[in-house]
Amino acid sequence: MNKVLLIIQREYLSRVRKKAFLVTVFLVPVLLLAMYAVMYLIYKNSSELNAIRTVKVLDETGQFAGKMQNKSTIKFEDVNKPLTAARKDLKTHKDDILLYIPKDYESLKSIQLLSEKKPNITVSMAIERQLNDIATNNNMIARGIDTSKIKDVKSNISISAKEVTDSGDKESNVGALYGVGVAGAIIIYLSLFIYGAQVMRGVIEEKTNRIIEVIVSSVKPFQLMLGKIIGVALVSLTQFLAWIILSVVVSYIANKYFNAPQSPMLGVFASLKGVPFGYIVSCFLFYFLTGFLLYSALFAAVGSAVDSESETQQFMFPITMPLLFTYLISVTFLAQNPDSTLAFWLSIIPFTAPVAMMVRLPFDPDPWQVGLSMGLMVIGFIFTVWVAARIYRVGILMYGKKASYSELVKWFFYKE
Amino acid sequence: MLSIRNIVKQYAGHRALDDVSLEVPAGQIFGLLGPNGAGKTSLIRIINQITAPDSGEILFNGEKLNQSHIERIGYMPEERGLYKKMAIGEQIVYLARLKGLSNAEATRRIKNWFEKLQIQDWWNKKVEELSKGMQQKAQFVATVLHEPDLIILDEPFSGFDPGNAEVIKNEIIELNQKGATIVFSTHRMESVEELCSSIALIHKSHKILDGRIKDIRNSYRNATYVIEYSGNALSLNGNQPFTTIDETFSDETHTLRLKLNEGATSNDVLQYLIPQVSVNRLQEIIPSVHEIFIKQTK
Repeated sequence: MNKVLLIIQREYLSRVRKKAFLVTVFLVPVLLLAMYAVMYLIYKNSSELNAIRTVKVLDETGQFAGKMQNKSTIKFEDVNKPLTAARKDLKTHKDDILLYIPKDYESLKSIQLLSEKKPNITVSMAIERQLNDIATNNNMIARGIDTSKIKDVKSNISISAKEVTDSGDKESNVGALYGVGVAGAIIIYLSLFIYGAQVMRGVIEEKTNRIIEVIVSSVKPFQLMLGKIIGVALVSLTQFLAWIILSVVVSYIANKYFNAPQSPMLGVFASLKGVPFGYIVSCFLFYFLTGFLLYSALFAAVGSAVDSESETQQFMFPITMPLLFTYLISVTFLAQNPDSTLAFWLSIIPFTAPVAMMVRLPFDPDPWQVGLSMGLMVIGFIFTVWVAARIYRVGILMYGKKASYSELVKWFFYKE
Repeated sequence: MLSIRNIVKQYAGHRALDDVSLEVPAGQIFGLLGPNGAGKTSLIRIINQITAPDSGEILFNGEKLNQSHIERIGYMPEERGLYKKMAIGEQIVYLARLKGLSNAEATRRIKNWFEKLQIQDWWNKKVEELSKGMQQKAQFVATVLHEPDLIILDEPFSGFDPGNAEVIKNEIIELNQKGATIVFSTHRMESVEELCSSIALIHKSHKILDGRIKDIRNSYRNATYVIEYSGNALSLNGNQPFTTIDETFSDETHTLRLKLNEGATSNDVLQYLIPQVSVNRLQEIIPSVHEIFIKQTK
């Protein structure tokens, strides 16, 4: 046991000390900080754009003057000047906009919006909408239609989705659930492969370095494999933990210095309020760890069977197929049908459960399903570690022999 | 030291070791010989408990081989190497700790060894910065650092330049004098004759001979002699006590190889020759380990 600890220690330290590790640990918070900065800039910019602008209405028809309604960023003022004089005023009031409505306003593009500074699209669209409404209204009155009745028959419906639970109805934000589930699934999928590949590369390195035989004369191959897998798992957990802590710190700093009350992030956070994060993060860690043990053991077996990384392709494909399939349909099918039969089975089978169950979790699957899935995950990783160890112990000592599937089966059945 | 009894190791398709038994006496330098693919590495791996035999047993100092013996064996495999990116000192400490040494003890011993081999300034060097020969030296240190009772070296001299090979050879002799039993397998027969007191020859999964080198060589004597003489060529009258194998002439010297007739002695040969020619040299041809190896594994 002591020896396994030594191996874990070496595997862990040799990776954590690498520059690449430190770079990735700090890169993510830096990117996050950059994202905050960009959002802050966008917000700042938009608040400049949203400054109230005065629109002088020069109405030669008399149909619109006085009817334009002020909006949060637009203030209307009627003017009674000739067009040339009004145009001159724009020189002195650079922020003002002149809306010129000529007598023949109904002919194409005859209404003009004049300004020194280009008005943004929302302003011009808002004005256009109001003009249309007023013109329509005027037209209806001219044709004897009672406009107050039209207001009465207009309906204004919006849906509020609520989930019926024992403790009462609760507001459910389907968009946020979808996002959390898919994000968890994607992170698990990517980390399983990134860290699984590290295990595989470590095994190949030991084999090509020819240090393997020196080491297995001191420890059992199984101890070495286990030490390596646990070591890399700890590296990945360190990375996640560092990311979480640094992200919180970065968010705190960003909040303090880029004081942006209407930052779009706040909206995202608010919509996540209904999601049980503690539960989902613990499930995430469980599925990541068991999934990692399951897959990295298989990756270790593949690494032991080959002499170089380029030979791994033929074995990697079938191993990664189920997970890849689940990942590909997670965004489209699973997140939209979290309670379908396919979603159920994929979240029960250990090879696909880490991704499939992560997608389903925010949608509150039955506890017995989660329990069954977790139980099978544990059985699944014990099984693959056992199978992989039997291939690994033979594979690591085989050189220059191109391993085929039948070869691997033979190795599996070798006695000690 | 080591009693290997009736070891059988079967791999799918072929039998790597077939009923191999041999004794490695304590305190010896023991040569394990055999052509490539004979089963040497299989046997060495079984002794190191990397694999297990299908049947048969190995006794280590009279005890059945078990996990506790791992720390008393030092093994330098033929396929050997180190972690390329790891500093050399740290790496040997790691390997020594896997053999049960404490961190402090391993560090102390490595410092001593590095001093002895005059490689003190290597401690923080990465393996990839060292030449192959330098790596081998470090590897040798890692193999013997835990002061094992039994040291197994598979092709220890491959990859060394003659100078370093000499250094390592002297270290092997010194370790042996301090009491370690050494088993080494090699193709270099001259180093076998130089170092080993006993050998075993494995061929096609079977042990075909073993014992003290002197005894083995003597048992392969077959009454052949080489004679050098000067003067006219010998004319044989049919009564000579030997049969000629071949004869060459160069630099005024005739060299004759012959095989004694049944019951004849070297003195009989001299008595026959002296009247005719002047004999400069007569020597019995005792086959070298190399010749025995070639003959046995043909």
